[in-house]
Amino acid sequence: MSLRADTPAPATTGIRRFSRAERWVHRTTAALMGICVLTAACLYVPQLAELVGRRELVVRVHEWAGLALPVPVLAGLVSRAFRSDLRFLNRFGPHDRRWLRAALHRDKRPASRPAGKFNAGQKIYAAWIAGATLVMLGTGLLMWFTHLTPLQWRTSATFVHDWLALTIGIVLAGHIGMALGDPEARRGMRTGSVSREWAEREHPLWRP
Amino acid sequence: MNDESAEERGKPIGRRVLLGTLGLGALGVVTAPTLQRGLESFLASAADTDPTGLTELLPNGGGFRYYSVASSVPHKNATSYRLKIDGLVDRPRTYTLADLRALPQTRMVRDVQCVTGWRVPDTPFEGVRLSRLLDAAGVRQEAGAVRFTCFDGTYTESLTLDQARRSDVLVALRMQDKNIGHSHGGPVRLYVAPMYFYKSAKWLSGITVTEDVRPGYWEERGYDVDAWVGRSNGRDDEPTS
Repeated sequence: MSLRADTPAPATTGIRRFSRAERWVHRTTAALMGICVLTAACLYVPQLAELVGRRELVVRVHEWAGLALPVPVLAGLVSRAFRSDLRFLNRFGPHDRRWLRAALHRDKRPASRPAGKFNAGQKIYAAWIAGATLVMLGTGLLMWFTHLTPLQWRTSATFVHDWLALTIGIVLAGHIGMALGDPEARRGMRTGSVSREWAEREHPLWRP
Repeated sequence: MNDESAEERGKPIGRRVLLGTLGLGALGVVTAPTLQRGLESFLASAADTDPTGLTELLPNGGGFRYYSVASSVPHKNATSYRLKIDGLVDRPRTYTLADLRALPQTRMVRDVQCVTGWRVPDTPFEGVRLSRLLDAAGVRQEAGAVRFTCFDGTYTESLTLDQARRSDVLVALRMQDKNIGHSHGGPVRLYVAPMYFYKSAKWLSGITVTEDVRPGYWEERGYDVDAWVGRSNGRDDEPTS
């Protein structure tokens, strides 16, 4: 959430990577996910729970942020650029298989990591986090509206919600860690533009 | 692979990963009872030999969880702690911690069951039977219930007089064979062995004998007033007492 969000990138060298709508989808989703993670930590980690207290309020904030979490993506569907990127994320070609194999063998040479607009890791992350968010939403609703379902469902939903939360926390940390390690990728998400040199190195098959 | 359309063809693996994640989530809900039993016993044994305490951060990993409904809770010690008994009694009285310690103590070892699902097996509690304090205060004829207040300033609980007089209801001073620490509701908390743990109010500071049961904090927010483990809140846990 940078204050420089809408500063135009230098037009001479930049390549357009993300539209304004896409960047807002990312920003609002990230903010809502951040609220979910922080409130979850305050409900869950004993030291934070002791520090914050106010259980009733924290639960409400967590519930509503979770309910709102899919909204930015759904709203983003009106954007042609966003829909087009979803198609890119969905489709896996032979180059993605090569990318994954190289990733498994810790082969970091750009030549062995062919990628289109999104690399195979980003594609799998996007699909997984979308599915995981929906599972969290579903199990969260079972825990919220306990009188709608048999009780065993609530206990089971709590079990899945707890363990998946832990998994999402770890995966999100990986996502953020990789972004921290790649300033140009971050610039792409912040300003919408990336340098041609970065695009050719990291996403050689991308034809903007 | 030499133009953009190649990126758009390919197999729809993204969709499969998404649907697969959803499917695994649903499968997880269906198989949760079995998975949970296995994991709980594994984590319980791991927690016993874990010097780092990290297992306590895992779901179902380490016994008690801290719940407080107040923004902050004052600390009370042997000097500042008071327990007041009033309402429909002949002899209202205020106890210090030393007063309570001087009374006969009862020790019980039962499971603790939280209404949110976690259970801590074989937890010793020790303290003064509530019935003893009520008898000492002289409960009047018209009384029918007991209301508990806490020095967090927010939490309340209540029991019918019959429930309050059960021998497995304590004003607890010790838990797990230690004086009860602040985070577990110390120095003094209520312990209602046969009921879900929200009845066992932490930071107990007041016992008021009343005519009728007044729903407590969580009960105004949907929990059952008569919170027998296994027979309330739509749950079927094994009874604890």
